[in-house]
Amino acid sequence: MPITVKIPTQLRAATGGEAEIEASGSTVGEVLDAVFDAHGDLRERITQNGDLRRFVNVYVCGEDIRFREGLQTQIDEGDEVTILPAVAGG
Amino acid sequence: MSIESLRCKECGTACELDARYVCESCFGPLEVAYDHSSLDPAEAKRRIQAGSQGIWRYADFLPFEGRPGDPLEPGLTPLLRADRLAERLGIDAELWVKNDAANPTHSFKDRVVAVAVAKARELGFETVACASTGNLANALAAHAAAAGLGSYVFVPANLEEQKLLATGVYGTNLVGVRGNYDDVNRLCTQLAETRPWAFVNVNLRPYYAEGSKTLAYETVEQLGWELPDRVVCPIASGSLFTKVGHGFQEWLDLGLVDGEQPVFNGAQAQGCSPVATAFAAGWEICKPQRPETIAKSLAIGDPADGPYALEHARRTGGTIDAVSDEEIRDGIRLLAETTGIFTETAGGVTIGVLAKLAERGEIAAGERLVVYITGEGLKTLDATRDRFRMHEIDPDLDSFESEFRQAVTA
Repeated sequence: MPITVKIPTQLRAATGGEAEIEASGSTVGEVLDAVFDAHGDLRERITQNGDLRRFVNVYVCGEDIRFREGLQTQIDEGDEVTILPAVAGG
Repeated sequence: MSIESLRCKECGTACELDARYVCESCFGPLEVAYDHSSLDPAEAKRRIQAGSQGIWRYADFLPFEGRPGDPLEPGLTPLLRADRLAERLGIDAELWVKNDAANPTHSFKDRVVAVAVAKARELGFETVACASTGNLANALAAHAAAAGLGSYVFVPANLEEQKLLATGVYGTNLVGVRGNYDDVNRLCTQLAETRPWAFVNVNLRPYYAEGSKTLAYETVEQLGWELPDRVVCPIASGSLFTKVGHGFQEWLDLGLVDGEQPVFNGAQAQGCSPVATAFAAGWEICKPQRPETIAKSLAIGDPADGPYALEHARRTGGTIDAVSDEEIRDGIRLLAETTGIFTETAGGVTIGVLAKLAERGEIAAGERLVVYITGEGLKTLDATRDRFRMHEIDPDLDSFESEFRQAVTA
């Protein structure tokens, strides 16, 4: 099922300027893998050894995936995945 | 020229000195890089001592060419000996309290905001904004008003009333978000993508964070160009904690002060302790938490500089501790009773952790210790409610005598 993944401005050079990408998968990890398959550069920028880098936050419908099952978090049709920098605030 | 570029703290990539905060190569945080290779320490000290009575005396170490105009200059807050506090804690230490409530809007946030607002003006922004737990809101609204800039302040809607009132009065656009600080922060990160605003702690964060170094510089200068052996400092995002360490290190490296980096003890509230929890567990990163504490100014469940705060505490042989709401209230009371300084809940956290360190015997005899009090008690009055009783009497001598006889015998 198609899920919308929102790409922050700082990563759009790796998506050819796309701000939103449609991808499929039943977990956040699967959806992101599908995005990375289409935009290989993105994988290197925000992951390291198969995990998200430490300054990358991912939200499903506004909730930080670390409060759910991380990359294993289940995704339902119509959910929105948002990638944001974790280095703001304070 | 000493300001060089923005540089990624993770991968070292350098980029332009504009309104950005994230490395496009690895998504790490950007920091201001300087070239101080031609700096003469003796001349730098003279320039500081001949400078203004506030943070701009340290302009050579801030991200500007020259000294920006600032109608509301913060800094040079008192560093006070606290012998009676040391005595109550049973420590034989040279204890100092840096009272940063003595800033224009009564918290250390005036330092970071002064730097960020000056940078916003330099970059041509007409509107400044922030995501805040309260103190930043006060500071941003005031400094924007003083600079004649428009402002938007985003806070959790359930903030202390005093902090809301002390923000709204400056005529800002005050936005109460139904959510916690981390929700506010996420929203502002998204808004910063599309609005032509300088979010001081989002797209101007590399400059903003530099303001906290001035707390280290002042400490050194006020101790007669010497370093403390230990500092106790609160942790919310971890930016203040790491930047105070950064300030000491800069002056050590440049030869403005001799000695060693002090031991850094971090202070968090148990109800929001992602960094203390990670420290205790030996983790290198923090697991986010949903805050539930009276120390709302420290209630950041997903601290941006958490990993760096952990590194700094470990590298200096320090710790990161957490205290309960009751210990926070006790800390506020203890500081007030022994120094005459009335601090907000964040200061209660800091004093609570200081008491813990004293209890554990971690403070050696003769140690020189500086405790950072970052905010004002009048902003969190609820924390002192029901902690004492007022003697209510009739306006006659008998009533007074009888009340105090009872109080003495009770």
